[in-house]
Amino acid sequence: MTSITKPRIRIPKLDRNALGLTRMDYEGSMSTLCAGCGHDSITAALTHAFFELALPPHRAVKLSGIGCSSKTTAYFLSQAHGFNGVHGRMPAVASGANAAHQELTYIGISGDGDSLSIGLGQLCHAIRRNVNMLYVLENNGVYGLTKGQFSASSDVGSKSKKGEPNQDGPIDPVAMALTLGATFVARSFSGDKEQLVPIMMAGLRHRGFAFVDVLSPCVTFNDHEGSTKSYTFIRKSNSEVVGTGFVPIQEQISTQYEPGSVRPVTVHDGTTLYLRKVDASYDPTDRSMAYAYLKEHQDRGEIATGLLYIQEDSADLHAREKTVATPLRDLTFESLCPGAAALEDLMDEYI
Amino acid sequence: MTGTDEGGDLPTESRVNDFAFRVATVNGTGSASANGLILKAIHRMGVPVSGKNVFPSNIQGLPTWYELRVNRKGHLARTPKFDLIVAMNPSTYAVDVAEVQPGGWILYDDSWPLSKTLIRSDVTYLSVPFARLCVDKFAGSRERVLMKNIAYAGALGALIGLDMDIVRGLLEETFSRKKALLESNYVAVKMGYDYARTHLDCPLPIQLDKMEPDSRHILMDGNTSIALGCIYAGATVGAWYPITPATSVMDNFTMLCKRFRTDPDGSKRFAILQAEDELAAAGIVVGAGWMGARAFTSTAGPGIDLMCEFIGLAYYAEVPCVFFDIQRTGPSTGMPTRTQQADLLSVAYASHGDTKHIALFPADPEECFRLTVEAFDLAERFQTPVFVVSDLDIGMNDWRIPRMTWDDDYFWDRGKVLDEAELAELDSFSRYLDVDGDGIAARTLPGVSAKGAYFLRGSGHDKHGEYAESEDGYQEVVDRLVRKLETAKSALPDPVIERREGASALLVCLGSSDGACREAIDLLGSRGLVLDLLRVRAFPFSRDVEELLAEHEIIFVVDQNRDGQFRSLLVNETGIEKSKLRSVRHYSGTPLSAVHVIKEVLPVLDSHLDHTAEASLSAHPADLLGSRV
Ligand SMILES: Cc1ncc(C[n+]2csc(CCOP(=O)(O)OP(=O)(O)O)c2C)c(N)n1
Ligand code: SF4
Ligand SMILES: [Mg+2]
Repeated sequence: MTSITKPRIRIPKLDRNALGLTRMDYEGSMSTLCAGCGHDSITAALTHAFFELALPPHRAVKLSGIGCSSKTTAYFLSQAHGFNGVHGRMPAVASGANAAHQELTYIGISGDGDSLSIGLGQLCHAIRRNVNMLYVLENNGVYGLTKGQFSASSDVGSKSKKGEPNQDGPIDPVAMALTLGATFVARSFSGDKEQLVPIMMAGLRHRGFAFVDVLSPCVTFNDHEGSTKSYTFIRKSNSEVVGTGFVPIQEQISTQYEPGSVRPVTVHDGTTLYLRKVDASYDPTDRSMAYAYLKEHQDRGEIATGLLYIQEDSADLHAREKTVATPLRDLTFESLCPGAAALEDLMDEYI
Repeated sequence: MTGTDEGGDLPTESRVNDFAFRVATVNGTGSASANGLILKAIHRMGVPVSGKNVFPSNIQGLPTWYELRVNRKGHLARTPKFDLIVAMNPSTYAVDVAEVQPGGWILYDDSWPLSKTLIRSDVTYLSVPFARLCVDKFAGSRERVLMKNIAYAGALGALIGLDMDIVRGLLEETFSRKKALLESNYVAVKMGYDYARTHLDCPLPIQLDKMEPDSRHILMDGNTSIALGCIYAGATVGAWYPITPATSVMDNFTMLCKRFRTDPDGSKRFAILQAEDELAAAGIVVGAGWMGARAFTSTAGPGIDLMCEFIGLAYYAEVPCVFFDIQRTGPSTGMPTRTQQADLLSVAYASHGDTKHIALFPADPEECFRLTVEAFDLAERFQTPVFVVSDLDIGMNDWRIPRMTWDDDYFWDRGKVLDEAELAELDSFSRYLDVDGDGIAARTLPGVSAKGAYFLRGSGHDKHGEYAESEDGYQEVVDRLVRKLETAKSALPDPVIERREGASALLVCLGSSDGACREAIDLLGSRGLVLDLLRVRAFPFSRDVEELLAEHEIIFVVDQNRDGQFRSLLVNETGIEKSKLRSVRHYSGTPLSAVHVIKEVLPVLDSHLDHTAEASLSAHPADLLGSRV
């Protein structure tokens, strides 16, 4: 994985967030992806979301598997620790890291090969554990890094660069996440920053597993005529169901929308998300409705996007495990080792 | 081993506190509690005893055996020679009858007559109508089956002289909250005892005689003591996927955490994650170790296979983590409930590419505890995966071991971890820079400081942690890893070396082979054949190992696997000439016994040595392998 250090150019009048940091403080090293790759837009959206939320960069933890998508953890938040592990196994690493320290902000980046083929089981089980993290699947319907093989999200009939149609049925990660009980499920498009940034912000605020499937065209291997993951095809089929607005703590909800079309949702730290619904009858807290809606769109050849489902109050891994407030990795030796006298007593039970 | 070796009557006094017997039952019928009761009762009489389970990979209905050995000298390795068989399973009568030493005894249930074909003239049959007695005494069918198995403990008590007050006391401890069960169990024990007293020729020459009450020894299995070691080492994250024979490590860790790591309000100073597979278990442990928690997983050979990719990552990216491998019989699923030392090679070099790992080899549950604590220190000090390689025999059988003690002055070694203040002192931080010249670079933990942030990758990296495809950048790091492991060698647990005056050969072993090897050395010694002992406790091998090997001309390397894996490691990792290492191998799935060792060693010594002491050669090997080996 190549990375090039970015030249640091000081631009005098950059916006500063509540921490007094600029957007540049959230950037990473220079991307080495192909020019126009959807993944780079996602990186930009993440950087933006972090800046907007004024999160301290070094309190974030970036994790990824292997693939072009997984490389991108090097391209944002250079002040945060990153873990670029093995193919498809980031969810396990994230689970372990999170188990050891619940106070950091976890972002996992993966690809459709990483998450839906080799790492399908890992993704499913991280969802089941409800690990508190933002999980971004950068979905291009192809294995980018190994040069263009079909992936498990390639649609039937979608054509490879050489013109061969894919025959095996796709796994829809959003439908899957919904059925597995994910507590935050969204779909977006790398080319729609307006939609993507607030979704990332909401995902970062959500306590529990925030799953975001981002359609992210591979310009080199899957952006041609006949592909269902090309910029043109996605733009044509994109149908936004629920738009996300984001109101940090204490700010007022703006009332620029029709009554009934905005649904406020308060997440665990008191932050309010407001969900702007295209269809007034849509309820993003109703899992079966989300699932049905998704299917309906799919049958019409449309791709439903937006924050499709959110469960406001769910117990994450730590709430379930009932771990102490102090992160496990910070516990003192004295608080962990029972000592000589306790061992002496215990031995009596084994005589 | 059938009873065809020469035997006959042995002097009566030598049979006191020196015999072995085997109980044959059907699994899932409560025999485990009866066997545990007998083992504990003997232990509480102060008599050295071991109990080994030979059990099927099944939940209910298949044959299972429990082997008890009593030995006043403390030789407690498995012996395949049984003086007495308790035959409670008609389906294995034939095997069981054949196993008894000539002159031995068979205790069986004569509720139904024994087939004529099962009658041997050189053994004594002792019959108790267990089933009939239980039908008379107990009501429910399940209770009748269970109580039949408790009743044999009573009959045995009368025959070999179990102290019945101790038995009663143990039942009271077990059923302190279930008075009804206590009574029915005691009635069953008493019933067996009384019947044997009145109808059989009690006591037998194989006798228990109370020794000094011994509160300095306990009975514990290795998986419990590993769990205890994890508690004392301060491990907080355990991840696992169930597999025999490793499962009880996490079961015990869970039990001990409830007791020692749970606050009154229910909040926990630990997290135990049952993963979806061993791959994920390894990933969780690597993630937690990177985050700065002491993390471990416990598994067996098949699990190690699945963990290999993560093991390689942890080795190369330098993440502390501890793996417990409780070995079972391979290859593949093999015999999951039988023991072997067959993962030595796969652990030493686990994962692709150039990798080599620290591995520790405890010989018994006491050492499991010590080496577990050491494993966590070593993992953090050297920022690398550390394996504790145990096996089914150590892990799942109760061993008589000295009481474990703890030194309150001990403090964990977290290795080189830079905190915020230390980072502030630096111009810049480079993750893989060898500042101290010992091959160990300092690490930082996530969330502490922006200055310490680095990007961990399994792909090629240079000393700064930056992506590297350049010859120098890559090679410098992998060469340093070699230096790091060199430094580690001197920090690993020393081998156990026993030099004896006039030794003519060296016996080399590791792990659970220890007991059988010591016994073999003892027996050979009593015949004038003197051997030195080398028990290796860690890989990579230290200088001492190499030196001792160089001192000897005749060297036996004991392996509990078919291919002599330990020997291969010695050949590969030391300068010793391959032909000098003679292989002693046992791999049937049962624990090693001194018989196996002597059988291999004796003919070689026989042909090599010029015996002045007529002792050894005049003796027929069978003599040395006498009934109580
Ligand atoms: C165990 C293993 N098998 C195969 C590979 C080779 N490999 C690297 S990336 C990749 C596919 C990545 O596809 P995806 O996750 O969709 O990422 P993209 O490059 O499309 O963003 C594969 C098969 C590997 N690194 N590890
Ligand atoms: S190959 Fe495709 S996915 Fe990979 S960087 Fe290029 S455009 Fe992006
Ligand atoms: Mg892809």
